Amino acid sequence: MPVTTIAERDIHVDSEGYLTDFDEWDEGLACDLASQIGIELTDAHWQVIRFLRADYRAQGQTPTLRRVTVVGGIPTKTLFGLFPTKPAKKMAYIAGLPKPQGCV
Amino acid sequence: MTTTQEAPALVPRFDDERTDRKLAIICSKGSLDMAYPGLVLANAALGEGVETHMFFTFWGFDMITKARMNDLKFTPLGNPATHLPQGLGGIPGITALATAKMKRQIADVGVPPVPDFLLQIVASGGHLWACRMSADMMQLEADDLFEQVEGIISAADFIEKTDGAQLLFI
Repeated sequence: MPVTTIAERDIHVDSEGYLTDFDEWDEGLACDLASQIGIELTDAHWQVIRFLRADYRAQGQTPTLRRVTVVGGIPTKTLFGLFPTKPAKKMAYIAGLPKPQGCV
Repeated sequence: MTTTQEAPALVPRFDDERTDRKLAIICSKGSLDMAYPGLVLANAALGEGVETHMFFTFWGFDMITKARMNDLKFTPLGNPATHLPQGLGGIPGITALATAKMKRQIADVGVPPVPDFLLQIVASGGHLWACRMSADMMQLEADDLFEQVEGIISAADFIEKTDGAQLLFI
């Protein structure tokens, strides 16, 4: 499993760069991950990221966009605004989770 | 003094700079099972940053017709993939039964009903277009259609709007 260095920290990632160890993540690292993909985290981003982390802990899989909207209560349009172009993958990356597997 | 050579960090490539990809999906079927492939693919494409246009034509018009869109049906009749005896398909009530079962299966995997799915597609930036000829044939007007449909347009207009797009006919 590859190890990469982000902001002078060694982290375990998969072949694409998504974190593979849930416990290696912390909020400081999230800011560094976000800046790697050109996103500056605001309170609105944090609301999404905290939902993703909590839902993953409870369900064992990364929530899809639909789940973030329906269960997390954050409108789809907002998600596209916060994490442009590929919101599901970008928010999973910043939250230190695997890519979502669900189709919808 | 030691020198270390740092490899660049391994970060997913989101290809943000590539924004020219377009997808056109023509939905021509009005049965429940044939409505979903287009919806799922449109939603997936939007989630990947692909500009997506859906064109509803012929029976596909039912997917955006207010009076019909909540009530699409699935029938095992004429569908060998159900692996049920074909004689069963003609029994009264089988279509309703099969439809209820499929709706339940769809809901069980967290996939929304057709109108909710269309709302999600529009919220994700997708475009919905109704076919002019179908509207004329069925004597339907904009008021009869789902509010999020952007317009009733001719096939030629749709082809023009989706210049350069990859195309799916369902």
